[in-house]
Amino acid sequence: MITLIDYKAGNLASVRKAFAYLGQETETTEDPAAVQKASALVLPGVGHFSTTERLAMSGVRDAVLEAIAEGTPFLGICVGMQWQFEGSTEAPGSEGLALFSGQCERFQTELKVPHVGWNRIRRTPEGAQSRLLRGVDEGSFVYFTHSYRAPVVEGVAAITTYGETFAAAVERGNVFGTQFHPEKSGDTGLQILKNFCNYAAERSAR
Amino acid sequence: MSDGLTRRIIACLDVTKGRVVKGIQFVDLIDAGDPAELAHAHAASGADEIVLLDITATSDARPILIDVVRRTARQLFVPFTVGGGVRSLEDAAALFDAGADKISINSAAIKNPAIITEIAERFGSQAVIVAIDAKRKSAASDAECAPGSRAQRANLGEANVEGSRAERANLEGQTVAAEVYLAGGRIATGQDALEWAREAESRGAGEILLTSMDCDGTRNGFDCPLTAAVAQAVHIPVIASGGAGTPAHFTEVFQAGHADAALAASIFHFGIHDVRELKAQLESDGIPVRLPC
Repeated sequence: MITLIDYKAGNLASVRKAFAYLGQETETTEDPAAVQKASALVLPGVGHFSTTERLAMSGVRDAVLEAIAEGTPFLGICVGMQWQFEGSTEAPGSEGLALFSGQCERFQTELKVPHVGWNRIRRTPEGAQSRLLRGVDEGSFVYFTHSYRAPVVEGVAAITTYGETFAAAVERGNVFGTQFHPEKSGDTGLQILKNFCNYAAERSAR
Repeated sequence: MSDGLTRRIIACLDVTKGRVVKGIQFVDLIDAGDPAELAHAHAASGADEIVLLDITATSDARPILIDVVRRTARQLFVPFTVGGGVRSLEDAAALFDAGADKISINSAAIKNPAIITEIAERFGSQAVIVAIDAKRKSAASDAECAPGSRAQRANLGEANVEGSRAERANLEGQTVAAEVYLAGGRIATGQDALEWAREAESRGAGEILLTSMDCDGTRNGFDCPLTAAVAQAVHIPVIASGGAGTPAHFTEVFQAGHADAALAASIFHFGIHDVRELKAQLESDGIPVRLPC
């Protein structure tokens, strides 16, 4: 069972149906108690970084940190990945989980912002053995839609270039994140979600 | 294998009464198939996104067909946009719940521009496309797809694309004036297309879907000067629509039209062009596309 964290900012339907396609059951919650006892957590995210404030207010933030500390697999998507960093200049008052260092910032490029569409991901040396990206060809295309991007720091498993190079995927222990939308990235995205499900299944079998 | 954002090829399904149809300049509709089947076929052949437009929802004053959306979305794992008859935040919410990733609003946004902000604040700007059906204010022969203007362009010479583009850009500055139409092209609003695109952006639209009413259905090519004018007027992505007939038309709208994405319906329906073939052609023309897909 994959537990999807709902924080009332956008649309969970696409993520839910991608897991359903992979034969994976999901539940949706914003209850800290349910988060704490989840066997795997996914935070799909769209919209403004400040919407993560709701997670702090409701106690979900603390529940997520406890679950991570206990080894629960956790995948953050888009703003859900950005939330794993220290914060974002999009909402300076809203604290991230600080699982990865650095701030998310708006693209500093002459190119159009938001960055919308299909772009390539490339593994970092650190990401060569990434579990999340297992079976994904080098330079595969995935679908992005965002105006803020996370820095390339320790724990970044893959990068993408749009005027500048930024974090496309992160991975450390049981914590995973993608700036792109795997649920909208065709077969490549489904492979990534399947890898997360497999990791979660292995862990709960232990 | 260069890195960077690719130009998107979007397959559009014009739907009425639950079936995909195609007409010339919004009339004379013929049946083209089942929406869910066609959406999957297009995604499998390399379409970067799928758009489903319920083209008679607004004129029939009825809500969009949610069950068709749900059925189409179920096994579709590329971005999926739905439009036609979206009149309220509730309409949009029902579509997102049925599996749409983005909604496209047209008439409702003109009548009540605040709805753009309302939906963007709740679901994010990335989920809101404002669709603009535009028609040149001057004679239709100004439009890129008109035979006269194409002959003229051929005279400019493709050998010096940069030069001719700059030359055209100069002309465009003064000459591109287009009016926004409503209800699938039935009602003229008097509103300027460029001004409306700017306003839509400032109110929270994440993308503009620009359809040239002059070119739509002609298969003579996109209205590149109009597309370029809108693309320069806003900072958000512009999807060009109306007039696609050959792979070269796509190359033109990406180069001269500065489009971020191009949408077409009829050329993909009866198997006239496979999306993958189209992309291979674009790649050889130097346009970055998602290949292999």
